[in-house]
Amino acid sequence: MTPILDVCNLGIKFGGLQALDDFNVQVANREIVGLIGPNGAGKTTVFNLLTNVYSPSRGTIHLTGKSTKGKSTHEVTQFGIARTFQNIRLFKNVSVLENVMTAFHNAMDYSMFSAILRLPSYRKQEKAARKLALELLDVFDLREMADTLAGSLPYGAQRKLEIARALATNPKVLLLDEPAAGMNPSETSELMMTIKDIRDKFDIAIILIEHDMNLVMGICERILVLNYGLIIAQGKPEEIKNNPIVIEAYLGQQRGE
Amino acid sequence: MKQSILRNNKFRYLLNTLAVVLLYLLIIFLTSGGILNRYQSNMFIQIGYNIILAVSLNLSCGFLGQLPLGHAGFMSVGAYASALFSMAVDLPVYIEFPAALLIGGIAAGITGIIIGLPALRLRGDYLAIITLGFGEIIRVVILNLKFTGGAFGLRGIEKHSSISWVFLCTVITIFVIHTLLKSRHGRAVISIREDEIAAEASGISLTYYKTVTFAISAFFAGVAGGLYAHYLCILDPSNFGFMKSVEILVMVVLGGLGSIIGSVVSASVLTVIPELLRSFADYRMVIYSLLLIIVMIFKPSGLFGRYDFSLGPAIDSAFRRIRGLILRKGGAKNK
Amino acid sequence: MTILNQIINGIQIGSIYALVALGYTMVYGIVKLINFAHGEIIMVGSYFTWYTMSRLGAPAWAAVLGAVVFCAVLGMVIEKVAYKPLRNYARISLLITAIGVSFFLQNAVQLIFKATPRMFQNIFPGSLKLGGMVFSMSAVVTIVVSVILMIGLSLLVKNTKIGKAMRAVSEDKDTAQLMGINVDHTISFTFGLGSGLAAIAAVLYCSSFYQIEPTMGSMLGLKAFVAAVLGGIGSISGAVLGGFVIGIAESLTKGYISSALADAIVFGILIVVLIIKPSGILGRPENEKV
Repeated sequence: MTPILDVCNLGIKFGGLQALDDFNVQVANREIVGLIGPNGAGKTTVFNLLTNVYSPSRGTIHLTGKSTKGKSTHEVTQFGIARTFQNIRLFKNVSVLENVMTAFHNAMDYSMFSAILRLPSYRKQEKAARKLALELLDVFDLREMADTLAGSLPYGAQRKLEIARALATNPKVLLLDEPAAGMNPSETSELMMTIKDIRDKFDIAIILIEHDMNLVMGICERILVLNYGLIIAQGKPEEIKNNPIVIEAYLGQQRGE
Repeated sequence: MKQSILRNNKFRYLLNTLAVVLLYLLIIFLTSGGILNRYQSNMFIQIGYNIILAVSLNLSCGFLGQLPLGHAGFMSVGAYASALFSMAVDLPVYIEFPAALLIGGIAAGITGIIIGLPALRLRGDYLAIITLGFGEIIRVVILNLKFTGGAFGLRGIEKHSSISWVFLCTVITIFVIHTLLKSRHGRAVISIREDEIAAEASGISLTYYKTVTFAISAFFAGVAGGLYAHYLCILDPSNFGFMKSVEILVMVVLGGLGSIIGSVVSASVLTVIPELLRSFADYRMVIYSLLLIIVMIFKPSGLFGRYDFSLGPAIDSAFRRIRGLILRKGGAKNK
Repeated sequence: MTILNQIINGIQIGSIYALVALGYTMVYGIVKLINFAHGEIIMVGSYFTWYTMSRLGAPAWAAVLGAVVFCAVLGMVIEKVAYKPLRNYARISLLITAIGVSFFLQNAVQLIFKATPRMFQNIFPGSLKLGGMVFSMSAVVTIVVSVILMIGLSLLVKNTKIGKAMRAVSEDKDTAQLMGINVDHTISFTFGLGSGLAAIAAVLYCSSFYQIEPTMGSMLGLKAFVAAVLGGIGSISGAVLGGFVIGIAESLTKGYISSALADAIVFGILIVVLIIKPSGILGRPENEKV
């Protein structure tokens, strides 16, 4: 089976620092892959490269067989890679519903002209987008708060809204950057269920960066461990759990702190 | 039941149209009924083009979240382009004037794109400075060109800007910008203000929307320039300096960034206040500047914040409040 | 006029721009505000000097000293009254307030001294012969004083305690506070220092141009700000470099192309530099962390 996402030899240098090197991963559809590693290992850099926020010094990225080279970030999103951010980036002064509807941007195609004159194409598409957005909010139990400003949501809800917004771009691969950060254990286990749910419901592959090992071990089918910009181990959760190199990387860091 | 009628779209359009017509009739009544003198009547024309300037700047400033300081430059391009056109042709007013305004708008819009493409790569204060620079360059260029009349100004422009024309243009500007903002395009614009990185990650092209919004903003500034030219009938490049850009920005920020009604109110008030203070001629600019500082210190988000007024829901809530009042009184009586 | 004369002229006006640009760059570095009122401080300084010298008959040194003190205090008062309350709000509100202060100073001075330009007597009469060339005394004084002040300022920022505090606050206000730096005092000092430099720039300006009016500050301030941005805002050597570049470019344009186009050329240079290097010639690029 051909992988949906195929990353080959990805690497980037910042100044003289090799932030990421030799990064290879193939992700199959409906797979949930975990990306772990100590702080500064280059996890978020992987996401930034996958979404072309940075352009790689070398290596290739293919989504469903097509290269993303030379595309700008918004084109990569349209192409099918959506993401969330470690330090939540919502449209804070905009309602929850509008946050999601903003991400439906490319699902609609009416022109500025028909928007100004409120032509049928505008009415029809807006109505449909609104309905879809509300359904998406249902998945995350956010419908009740559709009219609230995103910035005034509680923290956990903000994280969920960010995932909802990413899903609204209709991705094939969803990148979650520390989705459980700042959540309490019950919220985290709820989130685990939701992540599995959306994988099944939307039929997508998910790559997630997370420090919460319960979550990672609980839902990831495969785990990659990064340290100093290199993959030092990969495998099933139980293999990773007992891998001496991984333990060394984490313990070494803990000793250093 | 009342609520559902008032929130019904068709009913709201009707209500808004009615309100606009009533306002127009009121202004016509005031100005031609001998209640206001000629001088006071002309204030409505000034208010009109200032509203267009403020609302259009608010689009790129309050909604797109950029800080351009060269709005007067776009206004001047529109003013000169439309004036030169109307001076060159001789057509019936109802064809010549709209065409002149459109040409003014398009000329300004194209200037907006030319300036926007390089400038919008910069952020925040740098964008402010670079647009300020472009604005000054436009002024100096106009000052040194032959066909614009240079420092002597452009004279002999026909007086086409009547209250009705200005009113029509103001309504169209507000309508277009308002409806545009309530669409996928408007959401894209606002998302860029909120968080550029997240907007891009949501599939929105920053370059496209920044440039287009900038061009639309410049277009309306150009239309306002056209109205201005055909009202004063003489154009002087020194009226389009950096201070004019600042004046428009002050209207926008004072009204509230991202509030169209705020821009409308503050453009109207700031046009009238200096005239009201005319009897204190010497002190009026001092008072004006002090007011500006005081409002900013006590209400940094502007008078209206991001609030936007909508007639339907406003009447709706007024009704509910009145009903609540009546019910409470009735309740008190019953006891 | 030889090209050398034009360049000397350029350096003379350039060093005035540089002194003013230093005020902009320090204030911007520390509170991220384009202090539009800074140009007006120069205007106030000029009027102060003019008034004390020609109306009160004070000697030049006393007038200059008085102007420096007066402007420094004025700068600090403006910061306390108008800017400090807005420190934690959107920066655009702060910008509008600065514009308001600038309007206020301009119109207040106009109210007191009327709009008509006032003539200034030459403070530094005479000229200096050097290697077959004649330099006006005001040019010599302007350049020498500016260079001394610029060196002094960079030593102050680099080596003294308050200089270190200024750098720390401009780097990160909250962390500086945690390190025991009094942020309010440091910001206040920065405004005072910048305004004091503006007062000296005012005196030098008057000695070169002999004429003052209430609106003189806006264009002078604007060009000095352009100089600061050109050199890389927040950078002291950048402000100095920018000042000289703008001054010389302006002087050469006036001499060889057209004096009407001088302002357009100045802004044109700025635009080209910003497009090529958005953070200015010596500025540090800003990157947002994703």
